[in-house]
Amino acid sequence: MAGRRTLYDKIIDRHKVMSINHVRGPGESLLLYVDRTVLNEYTSPQAFSGLRGAGRGVWRPETALGVIDHVNSTAPVRDNRSADRGAARQMAYFIENGREFGIEIYDVLHPLQGIEHVVLPDIGWVTPGLVIAAGDSHTTTYGAFGSVGFGIGTSDIEHLLATQCLVYHRLKTMRAGVDGLLAPGVTAKDLIMALIRRIGASGASGHALEFTGEAISAMGVEERMTICNMAVECGARVALVEPDAKVRTYMAGRPRSIAPHHLDRAAALWADLRSDADARFDAEVRLDAATVAPMVTWGTSPDQAATIDGHVPDPGSLRGAEASAARQAIDYMGLVPGMALADIRVDRAFIGSCTNARLSDLRDAARVLKGRKVADGVRAIVSPGSSTVRREAEAEGLDRIFIAAGFEWRQSGCSMCLAMNDDVLAPGERCASSTNRNFEGRQGSGGRTHLMSPAMVAAAAVRGRLADVRDFGAVR
Amino acid sequence: MTVFEVVDGIAAAMPAANIDTDVIMPKVFLKGIDRSGLAAGLFHDLRFDDQGRPRPDFVLNRPDHAGARFLLVGPNFGCGSSREHAVWGLRQFGIRALIGTSFAGIFADNAANNGLLLVSLAPDRLMPLMAAAEAGPLSLEIDLTDQHIRYPGGDLHFEVDERLRHSLMSGLDRIGETLTHAERIRAFERDYLGERPWLAER
Ligand code: SF4
Repeated sequence: MAGRRTLYDKIIDRHKVMSINHVRGPGESLLLYVDRTVLNEYTSPQAFSGLRGAGRGVWRPETALGVIDHVNSTAPVRDNRSADRGAARQMAYFIENGREFGIEIYDVLHPLQGIEHVVLPDIGWVTPGLVIAAGDSHTTTYGAFGSVGFGIGTSDIEHLLATQCLVYHRLKTMRAGVDGLLAPGVTAKDLIMALIRRIGASGASGHALEFTGEAISAMGVEERMTICNMAVECGARVALVEPDAKVRTYMAGRPRSIAPHHLDRAAALWADLRSDADARFDAEVRLDAATVAPMVTWGTSPDQAATIDGHVPDPGSLRGAEASAARQAIDYMGLVPGMALADIRVDRAFIGSCTNARLSDLRDAARVLKGRKVADGVRAIVSPGSSTVRREAEAEGLDRIFIAAGFEWRQSGCSMCLAMNDDVLAPGERCASSTNRNFEGRQGSGGRTHLMSPAMVAAAAVRGRLADVRDFGAVR
Repeated sequence: MTVFEVVDGIAAAMPAANIDTDVIMPKVFLKGIDRSGLAAGLFHDLRFDDQGRPRPDFVLNRPDHAGARFLLVGPNFGCGSSREHAVWGLRQFGIRALIGTSFAGIFADNAANNGLLLVSLAPDRLMPLMAAAEAGPLSLEIDLTDQHIRYPGGDLHFEVDERLRHSLMSGLDRIGETLTHAERIRAFERDYLGERPWLAER
């Protein structure tokens, strides 16, 4: 009904080709038109094989962009080949598929290469009000621009390429209202980690999660990307923030951004991209930004987290399934119940990933590292989110700060976020990481991941154990 | 796609919450360009120790669970990465259905696209089944024609989306079905892109 719709429903309504089951509201099945997709080398190959096998083409190849990011090396000298046979085959097949189906591919040598969810905003290809579906769960990132982004599997990639559409099930809606402002030294990463801890790893499951409130409005677009990106770790299938003037400023002047002569017409459509004042959400959660403190995970699920001044929990004090999960996680992580989080020593530090490797993230970390050194025995690496981010960071001298502190300044890719390349933790190694998943074995079989903001990773690298960035006097 | 009507077999219990797709299909098995060979990777680090020897205490390694066709699982199964390899691995291992309380969204879509049935039950309805399976190998039958799970000592009705049930039972070509609406998609596109010419440009 006009005048009572959420932002999510407005975008879905405008992309509905036809209803399939004629249910209204959540649970409606519909044929959904998809504006854009980004492909990577590891979830797309079987989709292209499927198209070939069925003799089908790609409906609108110009709406897809392929980026090599998951399996490539981040070594300083770029190379489209790989010593790893599997990775080499995936990269070669990807390039071949792009050529054959008319899809542009950013290979490892391309100046705009990077992590897919960093690249699309980099090039200005994400504008408000779009539907973007892609073969990667963190496609939710585009919610920062007021676009519906969601992850799909390989069979649906094939469906999307062949038809420009997906058979889609309308989600329920949830609103996270964030009152007040974040305190100095507390970042968007801490806020989303606090929310995940509060509502649990499936707390927003089946929902499109819209973030509202003073803290969100006050954030830059890159911080909103961090929040929307990581919302998938509490089960949200879509994350959204109402697009504002900051989004328009962010998009301006980027290589694929909307041409200036279209802007007025586009802006007229964008003006309606907000939840109506009286729109009803199926679920609500409220958070007070001022009470959020820097967060770290201690366990193997993103909701197993605490503030940095906290302790590893005592499973005996928890209930039922939560207690057994905590016991298993503490055992895997090699920790002791009740120990102070600030006493946990780290072997590695990693700054990277589509959650936290944009220019503002690198600036945050560099501010902590300036004039300091990585602790003895800690190996620290930074992999900028894209080649564009890497160049921009170099232009303002951030690379020199990282290198002087003892970080390795790498090329771009997913790198140690999922360790499909050679950036891998050894069994038992412990890493302070700016990534999004602390699952068992995520950064290497037997590896132990503590999630936190990039500035907190920098602080941990300097101290050699988990540390409170607010003690470093370099916070924004 | 194998058609699902009535399937019987052993159900194995995996009650932990939040079993993610990294655990279901570890990254070393993601380097292929086809769908094959993934049974070997299923739950790899749970099934095998670091020398590659089967862990005798892991449920799917127990001789009385050989050939299990069903898994009884904890909440939020399949969370994390979108990798469809997790579902391909389950199917190639011989798993036909998962019974749990909740499944992650992308995983559920991937299951539907590969003929893997997901049955969601309220926690109090799953509990007796889970307890029976944890006590020993549990044989059960899932009948999709009348939506029942039958096992010694019980009989449960379950709900499943009607379209999904139909496609599991008939093995539809989903892309082919959507392409029957090609004219409507084109008409939509003319209107939609007409209003947004910048999206029609590259
Ligand atoms: S950086 Fe990590 S989370 Fe992001 S796309 Fe790459 S592997 Fe996935």
